[in-house]
Amino acid sequence: MSVTVVLPSQLRELAGGRSAVLLEGGVGGMDTVGDALAALRAAHPAVYDRLVTERRELRPHVNVFVGREDIRWSGGLGTPLADGSEVVILPSVSGG
Amino acid sequence: MPDTPAGLEARSGDAVIMVGTTKGAFLFRSGAARDEWEMDGPHFPGEEVYAIALDQRAGRRRMWAAPGSAFYGTTLRSSDDLGATWSGKEARSVKFPEASDLSLARIWQIRPGRDSEPEHMFLGVEPTCLFESTDGGDTWAPVDGFLKHEHRPKWTPGAGGLCMHTILPDPSSEARMVVAFSTGGVYRTDDGGATWRPRNHGVRAEFLPDKHPEFGQCVHKVVHHPSRPERLFLQNHWGLYRSDNWGDSWQDIANGVPSDFGFAMAMHPHDADSVYIVPLEGDFFRCTPEAKLRVYRTRDGGASWEALSRGLPQENAYETVLRDALDTDGAETAGVYFGTRSGKVYASADEGASWTLVRDGLPPVVCVKAATLA
Repeated sequence: MSVTVVLPSQLRELAGGRSAVLLEGGVGGMDTVGDALAALRAAHPAVYDRLVTERRELRPHVNVFVGREDIRWSGGLGTPLADGSEVVILPSVSGG
Repeated sequence: MPDTPAGLEARSGDAVIMVGTTKGAFLFRSGAARDEWEMDGPHFPGEEVYAIALDQRAGRRRMWAAPGSAFYGTTLRSSDDLGATWSGKEARSVKFPEASDLSLARIWQIRPGRDSEPEHMFLGVEPTCLFESTDGGDTWAPVDGFLKHEHRPKWTPGAGGLCMHTILPDPSSEARMVVAFSTGGVYRTDDGGATWRPRNHGVRAEFLPDKHPEFGQCVHKVVHHPSRPERLFLQNHWGLYRSDNWGDSWQDIANGVPSDFGFAMAMHPHDADSVYIVPLEGDFFRCTPEAKLRVYRTRDGGASWEALSRGLPQENAYETVLRDALDTDGAETAGVYFGTRSGKVYASADEGASWTLVRDGLPPVVCVKAATLA
């Protein structure tokens, strides 16, 4: 099973300049967004740290989409993934 | 995006002002006369910079900054070339242990350690905690005795967050250190950080039913002079105080100020009796009293205070100077600097006797640190 995580421009330097990271599921697979982020942590821990707090919560102004769906409305980190899913990470609309 | 800043081209003896704002950091350089300032920035555009520092121990010239992204959290960065290049975001990680159930919200203070321990550094963070590095800032860990303090469940955030803003190591003892945070107040360790005791006797908590609790005070800033480290000066959320015994007891020194409310406080670099503050009208109107922008100075340890206003606007100046936005440099005739929430930076090259506007139009200023380059 493979999942692609698409990174926002601000975080690409932490992934060797890549705009997307291809993750291959090992034993246990990558059934959920949480699984994919765990795999991302193993591959690029500095990217993970910018997305998830020490309390393992998604940072409040980071939005994660599976396809076009915001995971906040589809089960959060438990949102299911399928083989070939694209997980898109984007900063939210906020600031002043 | 703005152009990439080039960093400061500076020489020994130059003065440097490091200004943190809600949308990046700006660096200023001047010759020893401190009459003309060149600006370099914004560094970390779009990110808040509540803590910035220059470490000149052991022959270094290392600048530190803690940019915080509203989206991706806070990082700690350093530069050995005065801002021309910065360490990468991934290089230095400041994190709470997952078991603590805490997550880093902001770094409020970057404090190089004692001169006798040039690899030692400290951070004050939100939620309140002291972090320590013993390898020159490469790796960091929370000080366990503070992280697991029994009072932690009762510490509550002020408007700025539950922030540790003051770190004062005793220059003559590696065992002793004072920290201060809002709200919680002043705490001291005498055993190298293993245990911490509240040291707030005499400091008012105007916003609590019990005005003199053991802890819970909203202390805004504490300063001391290295030549007389046991004498602490404290700007409180209502109240100006001095302690002559490392915080064991405090005396009111609000003698002749228009208000004893304020945030900022800075120590004179050479005179242990001289302290600078910027009073504000009060907690419900956090602006300079009478719409006059005035720095106040004591030169007698708080027995009296004088207004320093020459060159500062004395009408329609509804300004706010935050807790870390006032500092002095190390020059023989001390320079004094401050920044406002309205994005102005002022400098005095004559110990506060007169002031000039260094820059207007910056984002809201949240910290100002000044130094004379070794």
